[in-house]
Amino acid sequence: MIQAEHLTKRFGTATAIADVSFEVARGEIVGFLGPNGAGKSTTMRILCGVFPPTSGRALIAGYDVVADALRARRVVGYFPERVSLYLDMTVREYLTYVAQMKDVGARGRRAEVDRALGAAGVMHVAHRLIGTLSKGYRQRVGIAQALLGQPRVLILDEPTAGLDPEQVAEMRRLIRNLRGENTVLLSTHILPEVEATCDRVLIINQGRILAVDSTPNLNQRLRQTSQIYVEVRGPAAAVAERLQSVPGVLSIEPAPAPLDGAVAFTVSTEKDRDLRAQLAACITGAQWDLQELRPVALSLEAIFLSLVGEPARIASAVDHEVPRRLPA
Amino acid sequence: MHPQWIMKFLVVCRRELRSYFSSYIAYVLLAVFLLLSGYFFYSDLIFFVLFGGYILPTGLWQYVFLDMRLCTLLVLPLLTMRLFAEEKKLGTIELLWTYPVRDSEIVMGKFLACWLFFLLMLLLTVVNPLIFYRFYHFDVGPLAAAYLGILLLGTAFIACGLFLSSLTENQVVSAMATYGILVFFWFLTWNEEVADERIIRVLLRLSLFDHFYNFSRGVVDTRDVAFFGLFVGLFLFLTLQSLSARKWRGVR
Repeated sequence: MIQAEHLTKRFGTATAIADVSFEVARGEIVGFLGPNGAGKSTTMRILCGVFPPTSGRALIAGYDVVADALRARRVVGYFPERVSLYLDMTVREYLTYVAQMKDVGARGRRAEVDRALGAAGVMHVAHRLIGTLSKGYRQRVGIAQALLGQPRVLILDEPTAGLDPEQVAEMRRLIRNLRGENTVLLSTHILPEVEATCDRVLIINQGRILAVDSTPNLNQRLRQTSQIYVEVRGPAAAVAERLQSVPGVLSIEPAPAPLDGAVAFTVSTEKDRDLRAQLAACITGAQWDLQELRPVALSLEAIFLSLVGEPARIASAVDHEVPRRLPA
Repeated sequence: MHPQWIMKFLVVCRRELRSYFSSYIAYVLLAVFLLLSGYFFYSDLIFFVLFGGYILPTGLWQYVFLDMRLCTLLVLPLLTMRLFAEEKKLGTIELLWTYPVRDSEIVMGKFLACWLFFLLMLLLTVVNPLIFYRFYHFDVGPLAAAYLGILLLGTAFIACGLFLSSLTENQVVSAMATYGILVFFWFLTWNEEVADERIIRVLLRLSLFDHFYNFSRGVVDTRDVAFFGLFVGLFLFLTLQSLSARKWRGVR
């Protein structure tokens, strides 16, 4: 549905993206992940027809975004990074205007505007001036605007930026609801977002695509060893020694200690060898209390940092989301 | 699904007009324009009655329209300044570029909206001569010619202002630059004594206001009409070029 072929964009001497190629199949939700300034918005703007690439070409539903610009644009709904709306119009007036711009015929226009209002959850503010709406609602009006005209492809540039956690959750739900009917390309620099909503992820940095894969595959690809998080109430040195003695254990690293005086370790084991039972046995065999034992999944952030080339930071990025318990 | 073709420039135009009338700036500009042109009409009429004699086109209309020209010069850059600058500042123009609409349709829509607003301003000033006509049945021809002239002059102002608005996202810069260019085109022929006669002849051809002069006396010359047509065409073309600069310069 979306094909990018060797897209390069230069602004003067600065190269925003270089040789970016990828495809998004019909019905997929693909995350476009990268730090700020990586070239996500530039790529998306090319796909939406804001400006043409310096070289390479992009097709949306088979239409070239430059040569067949008007047809390609008719298939795309775009949510820009900077959601900017006409503040002096009411939500309904604005969406009616957008519907006209998108060639929604006069007969079905009101119904279509109602559908978009409903889908984006802004029906109850339809009569309000956009200028009086909160940031979260403006984002939703932005989404409604993108959904108008039932575009087959949605390109959403950081749809959750600047929203509070509740609104973020709601926005993600909204995006997940688009699954099936729409093809979605969604950019973000927030990692859990991709894990939460996307089938596949494109990782981009400094204008180049670093990796394209499904989220679990990427995880697998980068994981050379398996890691298990162990939390024990016992003497640290002795616990470490005993864990090390379990066959199959490669190394042990102390993990951030929980607050209640227990000790915690990240145990690296040989790949694809589940040592959880043996580790549990070794701890309980020594009469220590085993408080927690779980496999550590390499977070997308760790994957990302290793691709971007900062291996030193992977260790700290490994998922240590230990629920911090306060002393009773 | 059959996309029903809608005249896109009319959609753009309607939104611009709505935007004009939903802000009180438009009403202020309209009020000031009508007040000033009404006052000028009154004082020029008094002047004509006291000293002017009997030839209406050169004795009255010319003064009225030369004065109205100043009101137009004052008001139109304030009307055109927001057309693109505001959309650039807000960022709404980016979305506009992702809709199935041509740049030319956007330019035409905005141009038309401003032009219609100006037309409304002019139509409201017709009240002045209408009242005069109740007391004195004058020949309507020269007056119509003068109105045509001011309409063409204003159209040229709008095209110029539209172009400068497309260059910047700052409305003050947009308006000020428009004043600069328009006044320059006015003063172009003021230094007759200094310049060589051959140069003056060229400058006279270029001066916006000298082309308006004939109209204000009730004379419609096709060369003047052609000049305004070219002027408007040139600036609309430049506006399109300025919009397509995003293709290599990018969007903020």
